[in-house]
Amino acid sequence: MRAVITVIGKDMVGILAKVSTECSNHNINVLEVTQSILQDMFAMIMMVDITKSDIPFTEFSDMLQKIGDDMGLSIHAMHEDIFNAMHTI
Amino acid sequence: MLNARDILETITMIQDEHLDVRTITMGISLLDCCHSDIDVMCRKVYDKITRYAKDLVATGEQIEKEFGIPIINKRISVTPAAMILASCENKDAVKLAKTLEKAAVACGVNFLGGFSALVQKGFGPGDRELIEAIPEALSVTDHICSSVNIGSTKAGINMDAVGLMGKVVRKSAELTADRDCIGPAKLVVFCNAPEDNPFMAGAFHGAGEPDCVINVGVSGPGVVRAALAKAGGCDLTAVADLIKKTAFKITRMGQLVASEASRRLGVPFGIVDLSLAPTPAIGDSVAYILEEMGLECCGCHGTTAALALLNDAVKKGGVMASSHVGGLSGAFIPVTEDAGMIHAARCGALSLNKLEAMTAVCSVGLDMINIPGDTPAEVISAIIADEAAIGMVNSKTTAVRVIPAIGKKVGEELSFGGLLGSGPVMPLSTYSPAKFINRGGRIPAPMQSLKN
Repeated sequence: MRAVITVIGKDMVGILAKVSTECSNHNINVLEVTQSILQDMFAMIMMVDITKSDIPFTEFSDMLQKIGDDMGLSIHAMHEDIFNAMHTI
Repeated sequence: MLNARDILETITMIQDEHLDVRTITMGISLLDCCHSDIDVMCRKVYDKITRYAKDLVATGEQIEKEFGIPIINKRISVTPAAMILASCENKDAVKLAKTLEKAAVACGVNFLGGFSALVQKGFGPGDRELIEAIPEALSVTDHICSSVNIGSTKAGINMDAVGLMGKVVRKSAELTADRDCIGPAKLVVFCNAPEDNPFMAGAFHGAGEPDCVINVGVSGPGVVRAALAKAGGCDLTAVADLIKKTAFKITRMGQLVASEASRRLGVPFGIVDLSLAPTPAIGDSVAYILEEMGLECCGCHGTTAALALLNDAVKKGGVMASSHVGGLSGAFIPVTEDAGMIHAARCGALSLNKLEAMTAVCSVGLDMINIPGDTPAEVISAIIADEAAIGMVNSKTTAVRVIPAIGKKVGEELSFGGLLGSGPVMPLSTYSPAKFINRGGRIPAPMQSLKN
């Protein structure tokens, strides 16, 4: 099972580190990362494998959201299927 | 493989454009709860609803979190209560309403629909008792929604029921006058009511439905409007294409949520209702879509044409995105639930006559309209009759949900809070249709050929 993590907000040091540390803490494997910086805005999209995660996905998603709130970023972790359903026939 | 642009588009739709699943509605048949003793029946009703729907809210919340899609409402629809009330010797409909309320609260759902009767051709056992109990039932409960089907293309219009419903709507408002007349906001009078509608207040679980079923209603007027805004000054062919593409995406999301909910709850998937359902939130308005198409204000000349285009394009886009489509499926135009409609009604651009014309080309009918508090019951009945005639002749669902604002006049406001919103009292014609309404009887079903 795969999920997509998106991080959007003002660029700062350590965003990627913070999110990927959280993934590794819970045995979630990062498959792919793309990131871009447009002016000052940072947008990162991370594809992760949650099959072997040691906590329920909803809990992980809450955790990331909290980290986002603390850093003033908008972080969402969503099941991959939602994007597949919407954008592929 | 997913690309970054698609991912960010989905996130923007959810975060900035109010994309959501409006409701997961579990339909539950109560036909096997019939009993001649009302107390035994109520116990069976409570047990069945709470057994079937005990995990509905938790499952909805879980899907919401995992997929990152807000699911605004979790609801229940049940067999039209008049059908099961028919089996009781003591047809105490208010007792049944209180039982349904207790079950709704126990399950934690937002609304429970199905305090309903289907009387398009005449009153069966239990129908009259239920209809007469509607005002009290709506005033003593918070979560119960009621609907009455008074006409259909096949049966014609039951004008005795229309006459009765005018009084019921008025009395519902009078009994809840201390709460901004909330009663009739939970009461819909239908012509051609769909049996699988997940939206309130008109949801009920039709007699042809399975024992239990999951129906999902999508939303997303904000997404359609944002897509049109980005498109700029293209022609109407391009506008229709763009709406179709957007509706496709919205509906795919609804289909995903519906199949997930159905799988997790172990309940068959029924339908996805392809509706653009507005909320009072700024940016989540159907009226703003029409204005984005080029109308200065919703309600001006051209509104009916713009709405016809929108309604048709939503269906065309959505139909391929879902395996089963049903319910009301189209654009809703409730006045108090739509920021753009509220504005248009306040500034006088939107009249009841225009709204009536709009209902001929869109999904429902005269919805959430505040009318003067001194409106006689016959006038309410006549509004219902007009609207039912449009539905009957055009083979479509139409409905009336008007709220007599007791003690208030044109221009004053009612505020219901939440998704029901608020809005001004709109003027009506003051000439009397009383003699016509008091004739009673039935308007015969219309010709289905010689269409002109």
